[in-house]
Formats: sequence, structure tokens, C-alpha cells
Amino acid sequence: MLVYVLAAILSLTLASYFIGSRRSLQTVAGQASQLHSRPGYYGVFVAAWVGIPALLLVLIWLMFQGAVIDTLLLVSLPAEKTANLSEAQIDLIISEIKQVSRGNVFGQPDQAVLDAAQRYKSWQGIASWSMLAVALALCIFGLVITRSRIAPQFRARQGVEAVLNAFMIACSVIAVLTTVGIIVSLLVEALRFFSMVSPLEFFFGLRWEPQIALRADQSLGDGAFGAIPVFLGTLEIALFAMLVAIPIGLFTAIYLTEYAHPKFRAVVKPIIEILAGIPTVVYGFFAILVVAPAFRNFMANIGVDAAPNSAFVAGAVMGIMIIPFISSLSDDAITAVPRSLRDGSYALGATQAETITSVLLPAALPGIMGGILLAVSRAIGETMIVVMAAGIIATLTINPFEPVTTVTVQIVTLLIGDTEFDSPKTLAAFALGLVLFFATLILNVIALRIVQKYRERYD
Amino acid sequence: MTDAALEADAGFNRQQDWASEANARRLKKRYAANRRLQIYGLTAIALAIGLLGTLISSLVIEGYKAFYQSKATLEIRLDPALIDPSNLADANYRRIFNTAIEQYFPEVTSPTEKRQLSDIFSNESRYALRDYVVANPGQIGQTVKLKVSLSDPFDQLEKGVIPRYVEALTDAEKARFEFLANRGLIEGRGADAALKVNLFIDPQKVNAADIPSGQFRDIIGDGLRSIVRNSDFVERSFDIIRGDATEVLKAHLIANPGSIGQIIENFKLPLSQHYGTLASGQTPMVFNGRFASEKQFEWLDRLKSQNMVSYPFASELFVNATSRFPELAGLAGAIAGSFYALMVCFLISFPLGIAAAVYLEEFAPKNRWTDLIEVNINNLAAVPSVVFGLLGLAVFLNTFGLPRSVPLVGGMVLALITLPTIIITTRAALKAVPPSIREAALGVGASKHQVVMHHVLPLAMPGIMTGVIIGLAHALGETAPLLLIGMNAFIPSIENIGLLEPATALPTQIYAWADSPERGFVARTSAAILVLLGFLVVMNGIAIFLRQRFERKW
Repeated sequence: MLVYVLAAILSLTLASYFIGSRRSLQTVAGQASQLHSRPGYYGVFVAAWVGIPALLLVLIWLMFQGAVIDTLLLVSLPAEKTANLSEAQIDLIISEIKQVSRGNVFGQPDQAVLDAAQRYKSWQGIASWSMLAVALALCIFGLVITRSRIAPQFRARQGVEAVLNAFMIACSVIAVLTTVGIIVSLLVEALRFFSMVSPLEFFFGLRWEPQIALRADQSLGDGAFGAIPVFLGTLEIALFAMLVAIPIGLFTAIYLTEYAHPKFRAVVKPIIEILAGIPTVVYGFFAILVVAPAFRNFMANIGVDAAPNSAFVAGAVMGIMIIPFISSLSDDAITAVPRSLRDGSYALGATQAETITSVLLPAALPGIMGGILLAVSRAIGETMIVVMAAGIIATLTINPFEPVTTVTVQIVTLLIGDTEFDSPKTLAAFALGLVLFFATLILNVIALRIVQKYRERYD
Repeated sequence: MTDAALEADAGFNRQQDWASEANARRLKKRYAANRRLQIYGLTAIALAIGLLGTLISSLVIEGYKAFYQSKATLEIRLDPALIDPSNLADANYRRIFNTAIEQYFPEVTSPTEKRQLSDIFSNESRYALRDYVVANPGQIGQTVKLKVSLSDPFDQLEKGVIPRYVEALTDAEKARFEFLANRGLIEGRGADAALKVNLFIDPQKVNAADIPSGQFRDIIGDGLRSIVRNSDFVERSFDIIRGDATEVLKAHLIANPGSIGQIIENFKLPLSQHYGTLASGQTPMVFNGRFASEKQFEWLDRLKSQNMVSYPFASELFVNATSRFPELAGLAGAIAGSFYALMVCFLISFPLGIAAAVYLEEFAPKNRWTDLIEVNINNLAAVPSVVFGLLGLAVFLNTFGLPRSVPLVGGMVLALITLPTIIITTRAALKAVPPSIREAALGVGASKHQVVMHHVLPLAMPGIMTGVIIGLAHALGETAPLLLIGMNAFIPSIENIGLLEPATALPTQIYAWADSPERGFVARTSAAILVLLGFLVVMNGIAIFLRQRFERKW
């Protein structure tokens, strides 16, 4: 049905383009030069006022149709069927009705459900037909109004440009809306979580056992949502990632900017940047297929028992992924140091190494620090590597050979599969997401500040 | 030159003897430090490239095995008595198939063995047969040749992933044996090998009047304890000697009742089979417990010796949807899901991204609001993708009530993720168009919109497309947000594919396969990753081509 509605709107829009441009030519008896704008603009103007309102209407209609029909269904059900039921149970009845209406009948539904399914089907039909009717009416209304306005002096180009401006502003605002959406949805769900579990306990508790709260008869708030072990694990894994990425990335950048032949640099730099383009799920599989067994064997040979999903392996593999971030951001920072500083150092007789360590690196330090902060934010937000290679159980340890868990692992494990939005287990993921969002946001803002300030110093 | 300067110069010269040995040493040290830094740099580059090489090569080494499939070509008689031509899909194909394989092995009669025989072949062979018959109903009553896959364990055996035999003894068991052998307590080889123990025949444990009821195991245990005082070791050492060692002792005592109450020195307890082999200097092997019986190998070998087993290209990998059986699992469903999600992502993020970028770059007034939008976009680009997954879950699924697991929602979430990247690259491409173009167009009377639409945007298009394709390539590899909105559904058919049908995507399929315990999924996962990387290489290749072919330097 939706497809037909869209097709109807689109074909009407197309038709109104021709109607508009034809009409504009008619008003000046074919003398296009007497029109204020070129005929195409009249066409686009009419088409825009025919298509856009109708499409917006369909979008809004679709957004609310489901909710409205659900409410109607609920009201139409016999009162004794919905009395004293929790929200989840009501949802269950509604989805049963929908299943029945699609013909997926399991067992023997009651008569009330069967009736409701019948009603649901007919209401859906009514809704989509009325949507079609309203959309078409809107199209024709727009066509009639705008067509009547077409005259040789009518400023169609300005009209089109105004529509275009509105569209572009709306698109720019979507980026803001995304941020607002993230913050609002995270805040709303996190506040619901904090109404069940105290924030003090979440931020300072030492036990993270969200699975326990699955059972309805379980008392919550007995320390099962203390996120300290999760935060600690995240920081630990990020630390190992940095231990791998910073030396390799920094030395790579130093060599490529100061020592390497331009041809060598032109070949090697893109190769290293491939590391950043490989999807993280691939790194996760690499960790469990190659790195974890190799590390375990190695540690067993020197007599240390390492877990197969040890914190070190997860961190190290994440470090591999981050190498290009550090190397290219440090590369930019070192290259941005003015030529005069470098020349001055050489003129004093310093070797290349001395120039690098005592002139270039100190001068580039803010840029490099900014790059490292961006990489840290990337590391704590990275998900698939740790989901596959790190642990799920939150243990309060900093032993690199033991498994630890991270914020992102917990978000994914808490939300994978079917989720109910009224259990603290699901909502805990949003609280963690909120913490993650703000942590990465703060790191990014600081990093961008540092980089910008530093750039201004030499500009 | 002033006097002071001259003086300083003279002093400098006096103190610094450039030819001195100390100076040469210092110079050498400084050059060594320079070389060291260079070596660190090269080592870091070698490490980074080496890690990339390890990553790719390990995937290729594992993954290539999934691109071919061990198959057996069987002659199957399509018995007309078993197939109802009016209901082709519902005949007893399992029976037809089993009859066909049993004709090759007439000696297999017991139900257990018949089951083991059919276990060699993929569980879905009968469906392959059904599909063949449905496609060729004319063949009923004839004998047809059909290629069927071997089941996963046998496929992996043929590919050399799982060995036919494995070592019988663990390292700890071998170490225990080594300990005894080093003390010279092991004698003989093979079936004659024996462990020499001093046994005290305690009269309390063996009654001379009734020798057969003696506690021989305890006596042997005491003897072993005299070697090592570790009761666990002693208990485990009973595995080393043969189970009937007590019988040997009993027979000895019946023959020599005089030794009761005395110590028998160096009594030879026969070794069990594996340790006997070990005593002969060979490694004892047992048959891999993954397979049901040794007979299955004989059958498989017989099929191979009759040239019935071949290793064609595994088209299943690209034609089938996923499956619980690795030999049948394919990527068709995941590729379709990823394709739909990317289409949605492109249709949303391309127009929106370009419109937003054009507005911000060309039209927006410089004020607080546009600054806010700009900062916002830069920060959005660095938000972890899993947070976008949370947004999709809370807004698209929970608030708007869109269905779970569908490519439409997946594409919408991916669009939000790629939007900032597209806006940023589009702005860079617009910035690269020189102002002279704009001024020339304005000069001949074009409106601001006409300048942008007719001149700037077309000139910036190659750069924009490059950014869009790179953004889409990133979106193709995104996994976490798709997991959160449920696009890791297990959909073992490719019949229902669409924007609003539950689906899976390539990266989530990889995640699901990586989690599957069957050995065959290791190769399948690696192959899926190679396919994903292949798509990424193609997309990035197109982006690079566009950049080099169409991007103009001004």
C-alpha cells in the first residue's frame, strides 16, 4: 500500500512539474523571455508544493498510525481482559492480536482476540486508504493553489530557492537532532535506570552482576549494578591498546616525516592506513583465531597461566587498530612544525635525532597529545574487538592475564536478543552508554581544543 | 667584530679541540643515537606492516579452505515407487538417498552402522536430492548422478583441518611415564613392556589358604607408593599398567605361594597398550574421538579409491543463506541484508549530507547557531558507533515502533553514523573549488543558488563521491550498532528478502559464525571476512579511481 501511495505522489509531482512549466509558457504565449524566471523554475515550484507536503504528511502519518491503532485496539478490548495487567502483559496481548491478524495462529486464542484481530485488519485497511486519500487531496490542493499563482511576474526562482534553503537548513539541523536524540534517549532511559538503582551504587559499587536481576523475585540494589569493575576494565584495555599503539605509531610517524625517502613514504603510509580501514569485527576474529592462542602458548612456555580472553590480548589487538590514528595525527603534528625551527636546529649542528627529540617533538607535543586523546576516546568506544576477545564477567582485577570486561561489551551483551524496556538490565546499558558518550565527548572536545590552540600558535 | 666577540671566539677555539679523541667519541655517540632512532622507526614500520601481513595471511590460510568443498558423486536411483509425481516435494528422499549410499556398502546392515554411514554425508543431502527431482521430474525412475557434500567433520578431515588420529596420551601422562622410565623401572618394548616394582606380599592382604580372593590391587598400590609418595601419582599409575596386572600377580602367587609374607623384587607388571607403544619409542595414537567409528574412515577411503570424491568450488558459500551446518552455510542472506541496509544508508545520507554541507559551506551566515551545528558535526563524527546503536534501539525501535532486525532500521542507523563523515568530506570538496569559478558565474548574472547548483557542486562531485563511497565502506564494516538493533537474526532461507524482513548483514554474520563451535565455521568465518574485505577493496578502489581520474587540481 505504502508503495502505491509513494508512487502516486511521485507521479503527481512529476506531472505537476510539466503542468507548471507548460502553464508558465501559456501565460506569455510561448515567449519565455517575458517570464521572470525560466519555465523550469515554475515547474519545480509547483512540483515542490505538490510533492513535499504530501511526503511529509505520509511520514508523520506512518509515525503515528501504529501508536493510534494500538491505543484504539486497547480501548476496544473488553475491560475485564485488560484490567490489572502490567504494561508488558498488555504489549503481549497486542502483539498476539497482530500475529493472529497476519494468520500466524498459535494454539486457541480467545474470541476477544480473534475479534480484535479482525478489527485490527479492517482498521489498518481504513488507515492506509485514508492516508492515500488525504495525501492525494493535499497534492491536488497544492497543485491548484500554486498553478493559479503562476504569472509572468511571479518570482518562481526565488520561491524554489526558498524551498531549497528550507530543505538545506532542515538537513543541517538533522545533525543537531541526532545529537539531541542521542542525549535525550540516553538520559531518559538512564534516569529510569537510576530510579531503580541508586547512582551512588552505579558509580561507586564494586560488584557488576546484571544477569542476577533477570529474575523478578530478586531484590535489586544488592550491589549487582556497581560499574567500577566495568570502568576499570575499560581503562585497563585502553591502556594496553595505548602501550602497543603509541610507540609503534609515534616511531612510524618520526621515521616517515624525518628520515624516509618521499617514495618510501608514499608507499608505506597508505599501507599502514589500511589498518584503520579494516572492520573491527575482523580484528576481533583475528584476536581469537591467532593472537590469543599464540599469547597463551607463549605465556605457558614461560610458566604463566593466561586466560584465553585475557585483557592484554584484547588491548593489544585494539592497539594494532589504533596505530594509524596515532601515526597519522603525529605525522600531521610533526609536519606542521615550521620549517624555520628545523633549519635553526640543523644550523646549530644538531643531528637529525637531536632535532627530532629536542626541537620537533616538544614543538609538536600538543598535536601529538591531542592525537593520543582522540585515540584513547576511540579505544574506550571500540566495541567488536572487546566483545569477541575480552571477557563478559566483570572481575575487579588489573592482572593483564585475566579476562576483564568493558563498557561496550556490557552494552552489547545486555542488549543482544530481545529487550524489554522496563528491566534494569536493559536500562543499565543506557546508563553505561550515557557514561561512554560523555567520556568520549569530553576527550574529543579537549583533544580538538589542544590541537586548535596549538595550530594557532604557529599560524 | 667587537673585541668581546673576538675574545669569546678565541676562548671557544681554545676549549674545543675538534680533532680530539673525546670529540670523536662524542660525535660517534651522537651519530649512533641518530642511527638508533632510525632503527626504532624502521622497526615500528616493520611491526605495523608485519601485523597487517599476519592478519591478512592468517585469514587467507584459514579462509581458502571454505572456498572448496569435499563432495561425493553418488549414483542415485529415483525409485518411482517412492516418489509421487503429483507431490514431488514430499517424497521420502531420506530413504531414497540412504538406499543409494547403502548400495555402495552392501556389508552395512545394522541400523547403527547405517546411521554412521549416512553421517558421512551432509545432513541436507536429501533436500539437495529433492530440489534436483523437483527441477527434473522427467528423471524419475532413472538413475542419476548427484554431487552431495560431505558432512562437516569429514569435510574438515579431507581438508586436513581435523586429524584422523590424535595422540593417545596427554603431556602429563607422558611425563609420568618418563619419570618411571628415567629410574630404569621400564623394561621391554611393545606388548612385552613391563614396569618393575618391588612388591611386599602382605599376608594380611593375601591369605595363603585362599589366594584368589587377595587384595592384589592394594599390594600393587603399596609397591607403587614405594616409588613415589604421592597418592594421586599412584592412582594414575594404574593407567600405565595393564588392567589384568592383578591377574598376573595372582597367577604368580598361585604358582609361588611361598612368596607370601616376603618381598618380590622387580616384579614385572605388564604395561597397557599405549604405554607399551611409548616404551618402544613410538608415539601412541588413537583414533580421533570426533568421529563415530573407524569404519567411517574405511567407507570414506573406499569412496575416494573409486574416485567418487571431488573438491569443487564451494558455490554454497555465495548461493546459500546461513545454516547450522558449516558445509551448507552461505553468505547470500548476509550480502543481501548488507546491500539493502547500504542502499537505505546511501539514499538517506547522500542527499542529506550534501544538502547540509552545501548549506554550511555556501549559504550559512556566520553566527552562533551555525557554529553550534559545526562543532556538533565534528563531535558526532567521533561518537562511538555503539552509541548510535543505542539511539536506534531507543528511538527507531522503541519510540517509533519500527520492526527489529530489518535492513530499513539498520540503514537508518548507518546513515546517521556516516552523515557526519559525508558532511565533512563534502565541505572539503566544496572548499577546494576555487572562488574564481563562483565569481565568474556571479559575474554573468547567476543567482547564488545557480552558482552552487550549476557550477560548484558539479565540480566538487568527484570529491564528494569519493567521500561518500569511503563513508559507505565504513558503514559496510560497522557491526556493533547492527547487533543492538537485532540485525544478527538467524535466517536460514533467502526467500524473504526485503527492507522490512528480518535479516542479517555481512559483519554481523561474521560475528555469528565466529561464535559457532563447529570446526568448519573457522574457515567459513575467515572466508566471509575475505569476502567483506573484497567488497571494501572494491569500494575503496572505486573511490581512489574517482579521485585520480576526475578530481581536478586548480
